Amino acid sequence: MESKLIILLVVIIAAVAIAQLVRVYELSSKLRGKNEHEINQKDNNFNALLLLIFMFLQFFGFIYLMLVYGWTGRGEAASIQGKETDWLLSLNFIIVSTMFFFTNALLFYFSYKYVRKPGVKAFYYPHNNKLEMFWTVVPACILAVIIILGLKSWNEITSVSGSDAKVVELYSKQFDWTARYAGKNNRLGKFDYKLTSDNNELGLVTKNTIDTAIFHMLKGVTGIESIQTKLNDPSIILSDSVRISLEKKLSSKERLIRLMYQMKENHDTKVDGDAWDDFIQKDTLYLCVNQLYEFKFRSRDVLHSAYFPHFRAQMNTVPGLTTRFKFTPDITTNEMKIKMKNENFNYILMCNKICGASHYKMNMKVIVLSKADYIKWEAKKMKETFKDKYFPAAAPAKSPNPVPVDSTAVDSSAVLPEKKDSNKKV
Amino acid sequence: MASVAHEEDLHGHGHHNHDHHEEGFVSKYIFSHDHKMIGKQFLITAVFMGIIAMLLSILFRIQLAWPGESSDTLSFFLGEQWAPGGVLKEDMYLGLVTIHGTIMVFFLLTGGLSGTFSNILIPLQLGARDMASGFLNMLSYWFFAISSVTMLLSLFVESGPAMAGWTIYPPLSALPQAVSGSGLGMTLWLISMTIFIAGSLIGSLNYIVTVINLRTKGMTMTRMPLTIWTFFVTAILGVLSFPVLLSAALLLTMDRLAGTSFYLSDIIVGGEMLTNHGGSPLLYQHLFWFLGHPEVYIVLLPALGLSSEVISTNSRKPIFGYRAMIGSILAIGFLSFIVWGHHMFITGMNPFLGSVFVFTTLLIAIPSAVKVFNYLATLWRGSLIFTPAMLFAISLVSTFITGGVTGIILADSALDIAIHDTYFVVAHFHIVMGMSAVFGMFAGVYHWFPKMYGRMMNTRLGYVHFWITLVGAYGVFFPMHFVGLAGAPRRYYDFSVYKDFNIDSFEMIMDLNVIVTIFAILAALGQALFLFNFFYSIYRGPKAVQNPWNSNTLEWTTPVEHMHGNWPGELPTVHRWPYDYSKPGAETDFIPQNVPLAEGEEEH
Ligand code: HEM
Ligand SMILES: [Cu+2]
Ligand SMILES: [Cu+2]
Repeated sequence: MESKLIILLVVIIAAVAIAQLVRVYELSSKLRGKNEHEINQKDNNFNALLLLIFMFLQFFGFIYLMLVYGWTGRGEAASIQGKETDWLLSLNFIIVSTMFFFTNALLFYFSYKYVRKPGVKAFYYPHNNKLEMFWTVVPACILAVIIILGLKSWNEITSVSGSDAKVVELYSKQFDWTARYAGKNNRLGKFDYKLTSDNNELGLVTKNTIDTAIFHMLKGVTGIESIQTKLNDPSIILSDSVRISLEKKLSSKERLIRLMYQMKENHDTKVDGDAWDDFIQKDTLYLCVNQLYEFKFRSRDVLHSAYFPHFRAQMNTVPGLTTRFKFTPDITTNEMKIKMKNENFNYILMCNKICGASHYKMNMKVIVLSKADYIKWEAKKMKETFKDKYFPAAAPAKSPNPVPVDSTAVDSSAVLPEKKDSNKKV
Repeated sequence: MASVAHEEDLHGHGHHNHDHHEEGFVSKYIFSHDHKMIGKQFLITAVFMGIIAMLLSILFRIQLAWPGESSDTLSFFLGEQWAPGGVLKEDMYLGLVTIHGTIMVFFLLTGGLSGTFSNILIPLQLGARDMASGFLNMLSYWFFAISSVTMLLSLFVESGPAMAGWTIYPPLSALPQAVSGSGLGMTLWLISMTIFIAGSLIGSLNYIVTVINLRTKGMTMTRMPLTIWTFFVTAILGVLSFPVLLSAALLLTMDRLAGTSFYLSDIIVGGEMLTNHGGSPLLYQHLFWFLGHPEVYIVLLPALGLSSEVISTNSRKPIFGYRAMIGSILAIGFLSFIVWGHHMFITGMNPFLGSVFVFTTLLIAIPSAVKVFNYLATLWRGSLIFTPAMLFAISLVSTFITGGVTGIILADSALDIAIHDTYFVVAHFHIVMGMSAVFGMFAGVYHWFPKMYGRMMNTRLGYVHFWITLVGAYGVFFPMHFVGLAGAPRRYYDFSVYKDFNIDSFEMIMDLNVIVTIFAILAALGQALFLFNFFYSIYRGPKAVQNPWNSNTLEWTTPVEHMHGNWPGELPTVHRWPYDYSKPGAETDFIPQNVPLAEGEEEH
């Protein structure tokens, strides 16, 4: 408190002091018969000089920052596409830095050179069509080059990759990332958000996951039946607001379950295999060097953005929409550690779209392995497929026409406790 | 003219009599219909909002430079709730950033800049007695004031202010479960912006009508000062784009309240499965940036107009290429409507659409370059007088260049992939839009202060203020480019996460962040000099003469003492363009617009 008083006091005294100085200045100008709007020669020249000095400061500042910090921040681009981007970025940087130096230099130099001098009148020069044409056409030509090169890269980088690409899905939610590899057949299984639950975090669609989800929706702890019981039980007294919120919950669950029955109707079990052989990977994303990757992005809740600064890759993840991007990492993590002279360096996948309070913590380590290491890792993971992990007893993936099962029968492994946080607000 | 006379009859001011002293306090200072008073109301309100927004930026800059360290400043301003133990809360960081951006863009630089100077200068420079409708003009200010208050109130809400960034992208802004600020705070944000848009529309329509109808005799469109051209085009941009923001906000409000699914699809949030299906967050982004990009020029054009006037006057030279300048303003205005997609290259929008936007966006660089070169040609062989206004105008050209060239990089979709949403973007838009517009605004205030208050601001204090501001601005925003090139995302509360995977980047980012924050504090303190100078000079500054800068435009032919109707007696008649400075054969180095052509003299 005391320190605040002192600060306040200092501020007030400073204001009074400045006021006095201004007063004195004004009185003395008055005495000299000088008017405030007349800028005297000394002040004028001084400011012109300062502008020139400022120009040098600005230029040296830029060069200094460029030398010290330039590109070191994220090191050399670690993907084939990223190298292309960096090349183009450097070229553009040279072009725009030239423009920056050239025009700023003219601006400050003219300001310095043409400061008012006694007896020198300004040159009346309202326009010159040739000059104006010149500085319309020249920037247009430079821009044409920039546009053509830029679009060429852009088309290459954004074109859909062929079948030689490995498919990986990155799934985002507040505040972490989950990866899903397409498994043996390199095809990602279908998904539907309505099937999301603890043992099917990514909402993959198979006959079993649909059945499980329907079962939970009906009979789970906060399922439709339990809500109905609560609403109809005369021995429970509900306040109006609780009742309304329960009824709302019920109606939205009923809507969802109708859609799920529809899904079940239309489901083609032939595609189940695509989902069963997928495998899910958390915490760290493993990639194989020199392998083209086709990434598919999804979001569970709000917008996020999958940002790989070292691979110069980025794509937003959008709820309700699958987005995509591709790149080919071409430096392994171990090689990069040496290049960056840093034992603890790691590639990273960061969230780069504001997504809530912990946005800044939403990231995932990325490790690029050599081909041999990757094959070893993948072989191990292939044994922990979606099916193995969560539905080991489900009908085998490959069978084209699985035996029909009673719709209420549910895979035993699926009867896990209902996702505990759903509807807990009641 | 009829409508103006009619307005005045309404307040019992019959003809243009001089005794406006009979006016009551309320009708003179509060519900004034006089465009000069309304302009000043806009200015003061905007300056106040600007100070708040600047303060907010200092608060979150403290967190960025010294993350996790306890700060007295933070606990002083935010208290235990938002800065427990003097450490800023994560979600409040986002709240501060959001409100800072919103206030700066909309309240300081849209309401404040074009509100102030369109009001003061349009009638004065056109030779009109007042705006087309004084009443609507008053209404437009009061909408602005109410929306300002609402926005400030949202800072004091229990669950915090809006926290989804100034662009309030849904679903984050639509779901209170996703972030605490998307509750009441976001509701207030939406209400405030709705009122703001209403006010801005009324104001803009008024400006447009005034420019079209109330020009005095001889003031053809091609004799209008460039200031008026920029205000005119700005107002048109506002009328065409703000309603789109309103509709975007309306759909968002329906998603929030009425259970519609314009922007929402397949969402599970806070453990709850929503039934919304079929909406698209991209729709919002298209709508938002359809306003958002023209908005950048709504902010920038008036600043360019003001500086054209200031540079020409203080170079004692005609602005170079007057017609090319008008052409550029119109071209920029038009193109600004077909470039919005450059904000969406990596949102999942079709890449082909992206290429179209690359093309249109880079086209806009051409008229911008023309403007810069025309400014340079204006300075060439001039006789420069460095008033504080002139200094600010020149540094506007500098920031316009510096920020403009990085725009070329961001507009190139292939490069944007690597730097989108990093601090490189923050640096770019602060320099090209933030600093340019703020410098333009300062240039305007210093230059037209004598017209607004009939007194002079202190020049020496103006110089000190200018140099602190210029050095501070570059010191804050130049290093930010390099923070961005290191890959640092914007809207991050704390860069300590870098420690885990790249300690070198971490150290670099932190070094620069400390430098930036120190410059930011310096620049902020420098503004105190301006405030002091401004308020002191309103009351005690030396009396101004009628035409202190020897300027050609009509506002300097009005008496120093303000009066209703602006000119005693007849309105001036215009005989020439506004830029006859140092015309060969003339006696003085300026010839006001109301001076008839001399015998044998040719118009430019
Ligand atoms: C004292 C001067 C200023 C400082 C130190 C400052 C600093 C910052 C910083 C560091 C951010 C980024 C925060 C983040 O992304 O995490 C930011 C955001 C922003 N600032 Fe400023 N700023 C200043 C003045 C201005 C001005 C004059 C404008 C007017 C255009 C402005 C407009 C914005 C906008 C639109 C944002 C984006 C807000 C968002 O991300 O939602 N700022 N400011
Ligand atoms: Cu995120
Ligand atoms: Cu834009």
